[in-house]
Amino acid sequence: MINLETPKKFVPLVKQAASVADTVLRPISRKYDLAEHEYPKELDLMSAVIDGMNDSGGQGAGATSASQLSDEDKAADTVKNGGNMASLLSILETCRGDVGLTLTMPRQGLGNAAIAAVANADQKKRYANRWAAMAITEPEVGSDAAAIRTTAELDGDHYVLNGEKIYVTAGERADLVVVWASLDLSIGRAAIKSFVVDRSNPGMKLERLEHKLGIRASDTAAFKLDNCRVPKEDLLGSPEIETKAGFGGAMQTFDNTRPLVAAMALGVTRACLDLTTELLAKEGVEVDPDRPAHVQHAAAARLIQLEADYEAAYLLAVRAAWMADNGKPNSVEASMAKAKAGRTGVNVAFACVELAGATGYGERELLEKWARDAKILDIFEGTQQIQQLVIARRLLELSSSQLK
Amino acid sequence: MTKQQTRQTPADRATTLGLRLLNAASALPVMSDPKVRKRVEKFLYNGTRTGFKAETVARKTFKKVSGGGNAPARAKTTKPKQVFDLTPTDDQQMIQEAARELAATVLRPAAQDADAARVVPDSVKEQASELGLALLGVPDELGGIAEERSAVTGVLVTEALAHGDIGLAAALLAPAAVATAIANYGDADQQATYLPAFTEDEQPPHAALAIQEPQPLFDALAPKTTGTISGDQLTLNGTKALVANAPEAALFVVSATIDGTARLVIVEPGLDGLTTEEDPAMGVRAAATSRLNLENVVVPKANILGTAEDHVDAVRRARLGWAAAAVGGAQAALDQLIPYVKERKAFGEPIAYRQAVAFTIADIAIELDGLRLVVLRAASRLDAGQDASHQIAHARQLASTYATQIGSHAVQLLGGHGYIKEYPNERWYRDLRGTGVLEGTLLV
Repeated sequence: MINLETPKKFVPLVKQAASVADTVLRPISRKYDLAEHEYPKELDLMSAVIDGMNDSGGQGAGATSASQLSDEDKAADTVKNGGNMASLLSILETCRGDVGLTLTMPRQGLGNAAIAAVANADQKKRYANRWAAMAITEPEVGSDAAAIRTTAELDGDHYVLNGEKIYVTAGERADLVVVWASLDLSIGRAAIKSFVVDRSNPGMKLERLEHKLGIRASDTAAFKLDNCRVPKEDLLGSPEIETKAGFGGAMQTFDNTRPLVAAMALGVTRACLDLTTELLAKEGVEVDPDRPAHVQHAAAARLIQLEADYEAAYLLAVRAAWMADNGKPNSVEASMAKAKAGRTGVNVAFACVELAGATGYGERELLEKWARDAKILDIFEGTQQIQQLVIARRLLELSSSQLK
Repeated sequence: MTKQQTRQTPADRATTLGLRLLNAASALPVMSDPKVRKRVEKFLYNGTRTGFKAETVARKTFKKVSGGGNAPARAKTTKPKQVFDLTPTDDQQMIQEAARELAATVLRPAAQDADAARVVPDSVKEQASELGLALLGVPDELGGIAEERSAVTGVLVTEALAHGDIGLAAALLAPAAVATAIANYGDADQQATYLPAFTEDEQPPHAALAIQEPQPLFDALAPKTTGTISGDQLTLNGTKALVANAPEAALFVVSATIDGTARLVIVEPGLDGLTTEEDPAMGVRAAATSRLNLENVVVPKANILGTAEDHVDAVRRARLGWAAAAVGGAQAALDQLIPYVKERKAFGEPIAYRQAVAFTIADIAIELDGLRLVVLRAASRLDAGQDASHQIAHARQLASTYATQIGSHAVQLLGGHGYIKEYPNERWYRDLRGTGVLEGTLLV
């Protein structure tokens, strides 16, 4: 039966995440935006809070609970609301608090989502309770992830990794880094595998931390992999090069992580809309949903527009998570969610800066910061244009050589 | 190439829709469920009883009937749900399937001529009446087919029919809007007087929910049409615009400001001072839009339908109906554009190979799905008895922005071909603009 409301069983989780956003993250938001690269020690205690949330109802907060469906789940014939949706809803809330701080919450990295998505049972146990970052991008390779140049060569019980990785979110602070590397550069995408590299591995050197437009509370690291030896059990997924399966394991991660990045954009968008609505109310602007937008204050009409886009983006994201929870292939829907939420975040944030005027543009409020934060969400885990490519190729049934 | 098929009139078809549905439905596993089976049977019974008469009921007389002072029957709201789910119920899937079939085999082939002639062909009316569309929102005990009141069912059916053609869908669903309004807002007397025409007659009468008015910046919550009460009488004055086929309507529900509040009023044709005139529009032409002029039209005060809240509810549900029609129309455009851009070549290769074209397709799909999900959320909130005013405002906003844009893309991607009447694209362009503008007529 069609129902698009937040499932009852997730309401406590959402409330907890909301109070984390309001009482922990929001008050230190500006502080770490100004103090880029300073470690937000307030978040050390967050691990305990998130563990508590995870254990309270068996449903998770953060990125770790987005995962594949177990075989029993697949067999059962009932509709499920599971870990993907729980993660999405709680990340939306914490990002309403602060997206940069959410990205640097211990053990909630996108690497954790990747591990949850493709690791085997033994690996999951081994990496449990460890914070994992994700390293795909290289100085010369961004959107075209199949073209990465980092190599992995089998040498006895180890793979030897060589190359350079940039834009590694939480790379400095994480315990593990999931690194994409090619087993054979001549083969292309099928040879790309992900390797879990311990941050203490002497072969992986931190080169620098980036200075950024937004999400400044979150560190963005660059690494050099110099004959970095990784035990071969730390390869995620199958070690075979299966040309038919293509990107397989590596790309599969995106089906789970893209709805989560959409949730981050939704969180920032929600923050902008809530504050702007409040600021405008003080100026006497109220929205009436039943009256035509054009007979209301122009600012109210704009709010209706922005809220409509938010709602569409929100439902697209929840749908993608719902599909993942129910074992339905969701690549297209995950990309739709990311594309819509990413562009909506930027549009809404800029509109709110405009509506609030000097208060929006100035640093006394957080609107200007959210507008800076929002932009990355339309870029990482696949840019707006990459999402459009994924969607169009699938709908039009065109290959990457036909639709470039 | 998705060139329009050589036209075939629906009457040419040997098998009837009802029988085709019978075949399709029998094969479904859900048919082993006796409850579902019973409802399908009622559905088919309706169709068979209606037969294939060409007779068109233009106007009819409604004999005032007392409901015996009973409380009016209402379709129940659905039980509150616990799980996020996008799967329609078995009942809904069945009705949706039947509506899709009607849309593909009857509405789409008839659409171009109906648009040009501004009329719904009798054969289309007949085949549509088999589905018992007018009864979707009327509860069981009043002779309808609604076990539970369901806006979700309403939007699914509206979307499915609009995929065939928005104009024909609006025309065919117009009587359902009136029947649903009387079933849901009417007192026992009003139900007993007006509903039998929809539930018992072989072909339900045409009827129209007239909310819209001609003035720019029209606000449905503050109609300029007025109703003045004097004793037991109500005198109506004003003009309703873009009313579906007013000259043929046997019954109107109009909105008017009475004592400062917008209300719904039942108005029967044939009254002094009640006139209609043509009001053709850019699109939705099969619905034969008309003006309805009310000049000192006197009706019994007892014709006021429902409360002020019911009027707001009707305005919202009408907007949601139009947003659902936008989903169907926009999906129809996308379904046609996908094969078209892969076949059409320019610069030596299919235009789909160009990002400018492919990304337009992606954006259409994204915004269409966003709109569809908001429409479904609004409908499911209505069914659960929750406030859906914001979701409906959002659905209307999205329809107005993106469905219109999709209509424009649908012409643009075909270039000159999209602009000529060889393809339905120019009609989608005109019809989709209407979905975020029109008020009334539909009600889910």
